[in-house]
Amino acid sequence: MDPLSEKLIDIAAAAALVRRGDTMLVGGFGLVGKPLALVEALLTNPEATQLTVVSNNLGEPGEGLGRLLLEGRIAKAIGSFFTSNPDVVAAHGRGELEVELTPQGTLAEAIRAGGAGIAAFYTRTGAGTKLAEGRETRSFGGLEHLLWPAIRGNVALIRARAADTYGNLVYEKTARNFNPDMATAADVVVAQVDEIVPVGSLDPEAIVTPHLLVDRLVLA
Amino acid sequence: MSDVQRQIAERVARLLQPGEIVNLGIGIPTLVADLLTAADGVHLETENGLLGVGPAPDADRIDASLVNAGKRPVTALPGSSYFSSSESFGLIRGGHVTTAVLGALQVDACGRVANWALAGKPILGVGGAMDLLVGAQRVIVATTHTAKSGAPKIVSECSCPLSSDRPVDVVVTEAATFTLDDRGLTLVEVAADFDYAWVRAHTEAAFGSAEEAQL
Repeated sequence: MDPLSEKLIDIAAAAALVRRGDTMLVGGFGLVGKPLALVEALLTNPEATQLTVVSNNLGEPGEGLGRLLLEGRIAKAIGSFFTSNPDVVAAHGRGELEVELTPQGTLAEAIRAGGAGIAAFYTRTGAGTKLAEGRETRSFGGLEHLLWPAIRGNVALIRARAADTYGNLVYEKTARNFNPDMATAADVVVAQVDEIVPVGSLDPEAIVTPHLLVDRLVLA
Repeated sequence: MSDVQRQIAERVARLLQPGEIVNLGIGIPTLVADLLTAADGVHLETENGLLGVGPAPDADRIDASLVNAGKRPVTALPGSSYFSSSESFGLIRGGHVTTAVLGALQVDACGRVANWALAGKPILGVGGAMDLLVGAQRVIVATTHTAKSGAPKIVSECSCPLSSDRPVDVVVTEAATFTLDDRGLTLVEVAADFDYAWVRAHTEAAFGSAEEAQL
Protein backbone atom coordinates (compact mmCIF):
# COMPACT_ATOMS: atom_id res chain seq x y z
CA MET A 1 0.00 0.00 0.00
CA ASP A 2 1.18 3.52 -0.77
CA PRO A 3 2.15 5.63 2.25
CA LEU A 4 -0.20 8.47 3.17
CA SER A 5 0.49 11.90 1.78
CA GLU A 6 -1.28 15.03 3.03
CA LYS A 7 -1.40 16.11 -0.60
CA LEU A 8 -3.23 13.00 -1.82
CA ILE A 9 -6.82 13.58 -2.93
CA ASP A 10 -9.21 11.48 -4.98
CA ILE A 11 -9.70 12.19 -8.62
CA ALA A 12 -13.18 13.75 -8.24
CA ALA A 13 -11.77 16.24 -5.72
CA ALA A 14 -8.99 17.03 -8.17
CA ALA A 15 -11.48 17.61 -10.99
CA ALA A 16 -13.43 19.99 -8.71
CA LEU A 17 -10.37 22.26 -8.45
CA VAL A 18 -10.96 23.46 -12.01
CA ARG A 19 -13.43 26.33 -12.32
CA ARG A 20 -15.38 28.00 -15.09
CA GLY A 21 -13.20 30.25 -17.22
CA ASP A 22 -9.92 29.01 -15.74
CA THR A 23 -6.65 29.03 -17.61
CA MET A 24 -5.49 25.44 -17.28
CA LEU A 25 -1.99 24.20 -18.08
CA VAL A 26 -1.91 20.55 -19.15
CA GLY A 27 1.38 18.67 -19.48
CA GLY A 28 2.30 16.20 -22.17
CA PHE A 29 3.54 15.99 -25.73
CA GLY A 30 0.70 14.45 -27.69
CA LEU A 31 -0.59 11.80 -25.31
CA VAL A 32 2.90 11.08 -23.91
CA GLY A 33 3.16 12.42 -20.37
CA LYS A 34 -0.42 13.69 -20.47
CA PRO A 35 -2.40 13.33 -17.21
CA LEU A 36 -5.22 11.54 -19.03
CA ALA A 37 -7.12 10.39 -15.93
CA LEU A 38 -7.25 13.96 -14.58
CA VAL A 39 -8.28 15.40 -17.93
CA GLU A 40 -11.08 12.88 -18.43
CA ALA A 41 -12.27 13.35 -14.83
CA LEU A 42 -13.06 16.96 -15.75
CA LEU A 43 -15.99 15.65 -17.81
CA THR A 44 -17.74 14.91 -14.50
CA ASN A 45 -17.31 18.52 -13.32
CA PRO A 46 -19.74 20.78 -15.24
CA GLU A 47 -17.92 23.86 -13.89
CA ALA A 48 -14.82 22.84 -15.85
CA THR A 49 -15.90 24.79 -18.90
CA GLN A 50 -15.09 27.93 -20.91
CA LEU A 51 -11.50 26.92 -20.32
CA THR A 52 -8.36 28.37 -21.80
CA VAL A 53 -6.12 25.35 -22.20
CA VAL A 54 -2.36 25.73 -22.47
CA SER A 55 -0.92 22.50 -23.85
CA ASN A 56 1.38 21.60 -26.72
CA ASN A 57 -1.49 19.81 -28.47
CA LEU A 58 -5.20 19.28 -27.84
CA GLY A 59 -5.11 15.51 -27.59
CA GLU A 60 -6.07 13.10 -30.31
CA PRO A 61 -9.59 12.75 -31.75
CA GLY A 62 -11.85 11.74 -28.85
CA GLU A 63 -8.96 11.22 -26.43
CA GLY A 64 -7.64 13.35 -23.58
CA LEU A 65 -8.18 17.04 -24.24
CA GLY A 66 -9.81 16.01 -27.52
CA ARG A 67 -12.76 14.71 -25.46
CA LEU A 68 -13.09 17.99 -23.55
CA LEU A 69 -13.06 19.81 -26.87
CA LEU A 70 -15.88 17.65 -28.26
CA GLU A 71 -17.88 18.37 -25.08
CA GLY A 72 -17.54 22.09 -25.80
CA ARG A 73 -15.53 22.79 -22.65
CA ILE A 74 -12.60 24.56 -24.28
CA ALA A 75 -12.96 28.17 -25.44
CA LYS A 76 -9.34 28.86 -26.28
CA ALA A 77 -6.22 26.81 -26.88
CA ILE A 78 -2.64 28.02 -26.54
CA GLY A 79 -0.10 25.57 -27.93
CA SER A 80 2.26 24.73 -30.77
CA PHE A 81 0.71 21.96 -32.84
CA PHE A 82 -3.01 21.43 -33.29
CA THR A 83 -3.15 19.95 -36.80
CA SER A 84 -2.70 16.39 -35.46
CA ASN A 85 -6.30 16.48 -34.18
CA PRO A 86 -8.80 17.16 -37.02
CA ASP A 87 -11.47 17.98 -34.41
CA VAL A 88 -9.42 21.04 -33.43
CA VAL A 89 -9.17 22.18 -37.03
CA ALA A 90 -12.94 21.72 -37.43
CA ALA A 91 -13.84 23.54 -34.18
CA HIS A 92 -11.58 26.41 -35.13
CA GLY A 93 -13.12 26.50 -38.61
CA ARG A 94 -16.62 26.76 -37.08
CA GLY A 95 -15.47 29.67 -34.91
CA GLU A 96 -16.02 27.68 -31.71
CA LEU A 97 -12.40 27.59 -30.65
CA GLU A 98 -9.92 30.42 -30.43
CA VAL A 99 -6.36 29.29 -31.12
CA GLU A 100 -3.15 31.08 -30.13
CA LEU A 101 -0.34 29.38 -31.98
CA THR A 102 3.02 29.58 -30.20
CA PRO A 103 6.32 28.03 -31.32
CA GLN A 104 7.06 25.04 -29.10
CA GLY A 105 10.19 26.50 -27.53
CA THR A 106 8.51 29.84 -26.98
CA LEU A 107 5.59 28.08 -25.32
CA ALA A 108 7.92 26.19 -22.97
CA GLU A 109 9.90 29.33 -22.16
CA ALA A 110 6.76 31.42 -21.59
CA ILE A 111 5.61 28.87 -19.03
CA ARG A 112 9.07 28.69 -17.46
CA ALA A 113 9.11 32.49 -17.26
CA GLY A 114 5.63 32.49 -15.73
CA GLY A 115 6.89 30.26 -12.96
CA ALA A 116 10.13 32.13 -12.47
CA GLY A 117 8.86 35.67 -11.96
CA ILE A 118 9.84 36.88 -15.43
CA ALA A 119 7.09 39.00 -16.99
CA ALA A 120 8.18 38.61 -20.62
CA PHE A 121 11.23 37.78 -22.70
CA TYR A 122 12.75 38.47 -26.11
CA THR A 123 13.40 35.63 -28.53
CA ARG A 124 14.64 35.32 -32.10
CA THR A 125 12.12 32.56 -32.70
CA GLY A 126 9.36 33.67 -35.03
CA ALA A 127 11.02 36.93 -36.09
CA GLY A 128 10.10 37.82 -39.65
CA THR A 129 7.18 35.38 -39.73
CA LYS A 130 3.41 35.65 -39.51
CA LEU A 131 3.68 34.92 -35.78
CA ALA A 132 5.47 38.24 -35.37
CA GLU A 133 2.42 40.19 -36.55
CA GLY A 134 1.15 42.52 -33.84
CA ARG A 135 4.02 41.70 -31.48
CA GLU A 136 6.50 44.15 -30.05
CA THR A 137 9.96 43.70 -31.55
CA ARG A 138 13.40 44.93 -30.67
CA SER A 139 16.78 44.55 -32.29
CA PHE A 140 19.64 42.96 -30.37
CA GLY A 141 22.97 42.48 -32.14
CA GLY A 142 21.35 43.63 -35.37
CA LEU A 143 18.77 40.85 -35.29
CA GLU A 144 15.05 41.24 -34.73
CA HIS A 145 13.63 39.62 -31.59
CA LEU A 146 10.01 39.21 -30.49
CA LEU A 147 8.75 40.16 -27.06
CA TRP A 148 6.71 37.30 -25.66
CA PRO A 149 4.72 37.54 -22.41
CA ALA A 150 4.97 34.86 -19.75
CA ILE A 151 2.16 32.34 -19.28
CA ARG A 152 0.61 31.35 -15.97
CA GLY A 153 -2.42 29.24 -15.16
CA ASN A 154 -5.04 29.09 -12.43
CA VAL A 155 -4.44 25.38 -12.36
CA ALA A 156 -1.89 22.94 -13.81
CA LEU A 157 -2.60 19.28 -14.43
CA ILE A 158 0.65 17.36 -14.79
CA ARG A 159 1.83 13.77 -14.99
CA ALA A 160 4.82 12.24 -13.24
CA ARG A 161 5.93 8.66 -12.68
CA ALA A 162 6.21 8.84 -8.91
CA ALA A 163 5.91 11.19 -5.97
CA ASP A 164 7.10 10.88 -2.42
CA THR A 165 4.69 11.82 0.33
CA TYR A 166 6.01 15.39 0.34
CA GLY A 167 5.16 15.69 -3.36
CA ASN A 168 8.66 15.55 -4.81
CA LEU A 169 8.34 14.27 -8.39
CA VAL A 170 10.33 12.04 -10.73
CA TYR A 171 9.37 11.54 -14.35
CA GLU A 172 9.49 8.78 -16.95
CA LYS A 173 11.76 9.32 -19.99
CA THR A 174 10.26 11.61 -22.65
CA ALA A 175 6.99 11.75 -20.69
CA ARG A 176 8.71 14.53 -18.73
CA ASN A 177 8.40 17.20 -21.48
CA PHE A 178 6.26 20.20 -20.38
CA ASN A 179 5.32 18.77 -16.97
CA PRO A 180 8.17 20.21 -14.85
CA ASP A 181 7.73 23.63 -16.47
CA MET A 182 4.00 23.66 -15.82
CA ALA A 183 4.55 22.62 -12.21
CA THR A 184 6.10 26.05 -11.63
CA ALA A 185 3.50 28.23 -13.29
CA ALA A 186 0.02 27.77 -11.80
CA ASP A 187 -1.77 28.74 -8.60
CA VAL A 188 -2.79 25.12 -7.99
CA VAL A 189 -0.66 22.23 -9.27
CA VAL A 190 -2.13 18.74 -9.38
CA ALA A 191 0.13 15.82 -10.28
CA GLN A 192 -1.20 12.49 -11.50
CA VAL A 193 1.32 9.83 -10.46
CA ASP A 194 1.64 6.05 -10.81
CA GLU A 195 2.85 5.59 -7.23
CA ILE A 196 3.60 7.42 -3.99
CA VAL A 197 6.68 6.34 -2.06
CA PRO A 198 7.94 7.24 1.44
CA VAL A 199 9.95 10.43 1.87
CA GLY A 200 13.62 9.59 1.59
CA SER A 201 13.20 6.83 -0.96
CA LEU A 202 13.68 9.07 -4.03
CA ASP A 203 17.28 9.99 -4.82
CA PRO A 204 17.50 13.77 -4.18
CA GLU A 205 19.70 14.04 -7.29
CA ALA A 206 16.95 12.45 -9.37
CA ILE A 207 14.06 14.62 -8.17
CA VAL A 208 13.10 16.95 -11.02
CA THR A 209 10.21 18.84 -9.39
CA PRO A 210 10.73 19.76 -5.72
CA HIS A 211 7.70 19.33 -3.47
CA LEU A 212 7.07 23.04 -2.82
CA LEU A 213 5.68 23.28 -6.36
CA VAL A 214 3.15 20.49 -5.98
CA ASP A 215 -0.17 21.13 -4.20
CA ARG A 216 -2.13 17.94 -4.80
CA LEU A 217 -1.39 14.34 -5.78
CA VAL A 218 -3.72 11.91 -7.50
CA LEU A 219 -2.97 8.21 -7.89
CA ALA A 220 -4.16 6.96 -11.26
CA MET B 1 10.52 4.89 -47.55
CA SER B 2 10.59 5.62 -51.27
CA ASP B 3 13.82 5.47 -53.27
CA VAL B 4 13.81 9.24 -53.66
CA GLN B 5 13.39 9.81 -49.93
CA ARG B 6 16.17 7.33 -49.22
CA GLN B 7 18.49 9.03 -51.70
CA ILE B 8 17.92 12.37 -49.98
CA ALA B 9 18.45 10.89 -46.52
CA GLU B 10 21.69 9.23 -47.67
CA ARG B 11 23.00 12.49 -49.06
CA VAL B 12 22.21 14.25 -45.77
CA ALA B 13 23.81 11.49 -43.69
CA ARG B 14 27.09 11.98 -45.57
CA LEU B 15 27.18 15.63 -44.44
CA LEU B 16 27.13 14.76 -40.72
CA GLN B 17 30.41 14.65 -38.84
CA PRO B 18 31.44 12.54 -35.84
CA GLY B 19 30.68 14.31 -32.56
CA GLU B 20 27.83 16.38 -33.95
CA ILE B 21 24.61 16.94 -31.98
CA VAL B 22 21.88 16.55 -34.58
CA ASN B 23 18.15 17.22 -34.48
CA LEU B 24 16.10 15.50 -37.16
CA GLY B 25 12.78 17.00 -38.18
CA ILE B 26 9.67 15.07 -39.16
CA GLY B 27 9.45 13.41 -42.58
CA ILE B 28 12.50 12.78 -44.77
CA PRO B 29 14.90 14.04 -42.04
CA THR B 30 13.72 11.25 -39.71
CA LEU B 31 14.92 8.69 -42.25
CA VAL B 32 18.50 9.84 -41.68
CA ALA B 33 18.43 8.13 -38.26
CA ASP B 34 18.07 4.71 -39.90
CA LEU B 35 21.22 5.29 -41.95
CA LEU B 36 23.48 6.16 -39.01
CA THR B 37 25.43 3.64 -36.95
CA ALA B 38 27.38 4.02 -33.73
CA ALA B 39 30.51 4.24 -35.89
CA ASP B 40 29.26 7.54 -37.32
CA GLY B 41 29.63 9.11 -33.86
CA VAL B 42 26.58 11.37 -34.28
CA HIS B 43 24.42 12.12 -31.22
CA LEU B 44 20.75 12.56 -32.08
CA GLU B 45 18.64 14.96 -30.04
CA THR B 46 14.86 15.22 -30.11
CA GLU B 47 13.15 18.40 -28.93
CA ASN B 48 10.63 16.59 -26.76
CA GLY B 49 13.47 16.00 -24.35
CA LEU B 50 16.07 13.34 -25.21
CA LEU B 51 19.73 13.43 -26.23
CA GLY B 52 20.88 9.98 -27.36
CA VAL B 53 18.01 8.82 -29.56
CA GLY B 54 18.47 5.21 -30.68
CA PRO B 55 16.79 3.17 -33.41
CA ALA B 56 13.10 2.28 -33.35
CA PRO B 57 12.41 -0.68 -31.03
CA ASP B 58 10.98 -4.03 -32.07
CA ALA B 59 7.19 -4.11 -31.72
CA ASP B 60 7.36 -6.06 -28.44
CA ARG B 61 9.84 -3.59 -26.91
CA ILE B 62 7.88 -0.35 -27.47
CA ASP B 63 7.87 1.96 -24.46
CA ALA B 64 4.92 4.38 -24.49
CA SER B 65 7.01 6.93 -22.56
CA LEU B 66 9.83 6.98 -25.10
CA VAL B 67 9.06 8.77 -28.37
CA ASN B 68 10.65 11.22 -30.78
CA ALA B 69 9.26 14.57 -31.91
CA GLY B 70 7.14 12.76 -34.49
CA LYS B 71 5.61 10.81 -31.56
CA ARG B 72 7.11 7.58 -32.94
CA PRO B 73 8.61 5.01 -30.55
CA VAL B 74 12.39 5.21 -30.22
CA THR B 75 15.05 3.82 -27.89
CA ALA B 76 17.55 5.63 -25.69
CA LEU B 77 21.23 4.75 -26.19
CA PRO B 78 23.80 4.36 -23.39
CA GLY B 79 24.88 7.86 -22.37
CA SER B 80 21.50 9.40 -23.16
CA SER B 81 19.78 12.00 -21.00
CA TYR B 82 16.27 13.40 -20.59
CA PHE B 83 15.28 17.02 -20.07
CA SER B 84 12.17 19.18 -19.87
CA SER B 85 10.75 21.13 -22.80
CA SER B 86 12.15 24.48 -21.60
CA GLU B 87 15.60 22.93 -21.10
CA SER B 88 15.37 21.27 -24.49
CA PHE B 89 14.58 24.48 -26.32
CA GLY B 90 17.21 26.28 -24.27
CA LEU B 91 19.70 23.83 -25.79
CA ILE B 92 18.27 24.54 -29.24
CA ARG B 93 17.99 28.34 -29.12
CA GLY B 94 21.22 28.55 -27.15
CA GLY B 95 23.20 27.23 -30.10
CA HIS B 96 24.15 23.90 -28.50
CA VAL B 97 22.69 21.78 -31.30
CA THR B 98 25.25 21.63 -34.12
CA THR B 99 22.95 20.62 -36.97
CA ALA B 100 19.21 20.61 -37.54
CA VAL B 101 17.85 18.72 -40.53
CA LEU B 102 14.44 20.03 -41.53
CA GLY B 103 11.93 19.41 -44.27
CA ALA B 104 10.58 22.24 -46.40
CA LEU B 105 7.60 23.18 -48.47
CA GLN B 106 9.70 25.83 -50.23
CA VAL B 107 13.13 27.46 -50.00
CA ASP B 108 13.72 30.92 -51.45
CA ALA B 109 16.73 32.30 -53.29
CA CYS B 110 18.20 33.63 -50.02
CA GLY B 111 17.83 30.23 -48.35
CA ARG B 112 14.85 31.17 -46.22
CA VAL B 113 12.50 28.27 -45.56
CA ALA B 114 8.73 27.88 -45.55
CA ASN B 115 7.89 24.64 -43.77
CA TRP B 116 4.92 25.17 -41.47
CA ALA B 117 1.91 26.37 -43.40
CA LEU B 118 0.37 26.40 -46.84
CA ALA B 119 -0.47 29.70 -48.46
CA GLY B 120 -4.00 30.84 -47.69
CA LYS B 121 -4.85 27.98 -45.30
CA PRO B 122 -5.59 28.38 -41.57
CA ILE B 123 -2.36 27.97 -39.60
CA LEU B 124 -2.80 25.65 -36.64
CA GLY B 125 0.57 23.97 -36.27
CA VAL B 126 4.11 25.28 -35.90
CA GLY B 127 5.88 22.88 -33.53
CA GLY B 128 9.59 23.39 -32.93
CA ALA B 129 10.81 24.23 -36.42
CA MET B 130 11.04 28.00 -35.83
CA ASP B 131 13.20 27.46 -32.75
CA LEU B 132 15.51 25.08 -34.61
CA LEU B 133 15.81 27.51 -37.51
CA VAL B 134 17.04 30.32 -35.31
CA GLY B 135 19.07 28.24 -32.88
CA ALA B 136 20.93 25.42 -34.60
CA GLN B 137 24.52 26.21 -35.60
CA ARG B 138 23.87 24.72 -39.04
CA VAL B 139 20.54 24.01 -40.73
CA ILE B 140 20.28 21.46 -43.53
CA VAL B 141 17.06 21.33 -45.51
CA ALA B 142 16.18 17.86 -46.80
CA THR B 143 13.48 17.99 -49.44
CA THR B 144 12.38 16.58 -52.76
CA HIS B 145 13.53 18.85 -55.56
CA THR B 146 9.98 19.44 -56.75
CA ALA B 147 6.50 19.22 -55.22
CA LYS B 148 4.15 16.36 -56.13
CA SER B 149 2.66 18.70 -58.75
CA GLY B 150 6.09 18.98 -60.34
CA ALA B 151 6.44 22.62 -59.29
CA PRO B 152 9.93 23.67 -58.16
CA LYS B 153 10.39 23.89 -54.37
CA ILE B 154 13.51 26.03 -54.62
CA VAL B 155 11.91 29.28 -55.69
CA SER B 156 12.68 32.98 -56.17
CA GLU B 157 10.19 33.90 -53.47
CA CYS B 158 8.16 31.61 -51.19
CA SER B 159 4.40 31.71 -51.67
CA CYS B 160 3.98 29.84 -48.37
CA PRO B 161 4.62 31.73 -45.10
CA LEU B 162 8.28 31.83 -44.05
CA SER B 163 9.37 29.92 -40.94
CA SER B 164 12.26 32.25 -40.11
CA ASP B 165 14.19 35.21 -41.47
CA ARG B 166 17.41 33.22 -41.02
CA PRO B 167 18.70 31.54 -44.19
CA VAL B 168 19.59 27.86 -43.95
CA ASP B 169 23.10 26.63 -44.69
CA VAL B 170 22.60 23.65 -47.00
CA VAL B 171 19.75 22.39 -49.20
CA VAL B 172 19.81 18.71 -50.15
CA THR B 173 17.47 17.14 -52.71
CA GLU B 174 17.56 13.86 -54.60
CA ALA B 175 19.19 15.72 -57.47
CA ALA B 176 21.49 18.31 -55.99
CA THR B 177 23.16 19.91 -53.01
CA PHE B 178 23.23 23.68 -52.64
CA THR B 179 25.04 25.78 -50.06
CA LEU B 180 24.00 29.25 -48.95
CA ASP B 181 26.03 32.36 -48.26
CA ASP B 182 25.63 36.11 -48.70
CA ARG B 183 25.47 35.67 -52.47
CA GLY B 184 22.61 33.19 -52.23
CA LEU B 185 22.42 29.63 -53.52
CA THR B 186 25.45 27.82 -54.87
CA LEU B 187 25.14 24.42 -56.53
CA VAL B 188 27.92 22.26 -55.11
CA GLU B 189 26.92 18.76 -56.17
CA VAL B 190 24.71 17.06 -58.75
CA ALA B 191 23.61 13.51 -58.00
CA ALA B 192 24.74 10.68 -60.27
CA ASP B 193 21.37 10.14 -61.96
CA PHE B 194 20.89 13.83 -62.75
CA ASP B 195 22.73 16.54 -64.68
CA TYR B 196 23.15 20.29 -64.55
CA ALA B 197 20.46 20.88 -67.18
CA TRP B 198 17.88 18.94 -65.13
CA VAL B 199 18.73 20.90 -61.99
CA ARG B 200 18.57 24.20 -63.90
CA ALA B 201 15.20 23.29 -65.42
CA HIS B 202 13.67 22.25 -62.08
CA THR B 203 14.98 25.09 -59.92
CA GLU B 204 13.17 28.42 -60.10
CA ALA B 205 15.59 30.37 -57.91
CA ALA B 206 18.78 31.74 -59.36
CA PHE B 207 21.91 29.90 -58.26
CA GLY B 208 25.63 29.95 -58.93
CA SER B 209 27.88 26.97 -59.39
CA ALA B 210 30.97 26.26 -57.33
CA GLU B 211 32.87 24.39 -60.01
CA GLU B 212 30.91 24.59 -63.22
CA ALA B 213 33.53 22.59 -65.03
CA GLN B 214 32.71 19.54 -62.96
CA LEU B 215 28.94 19.79 -63.25
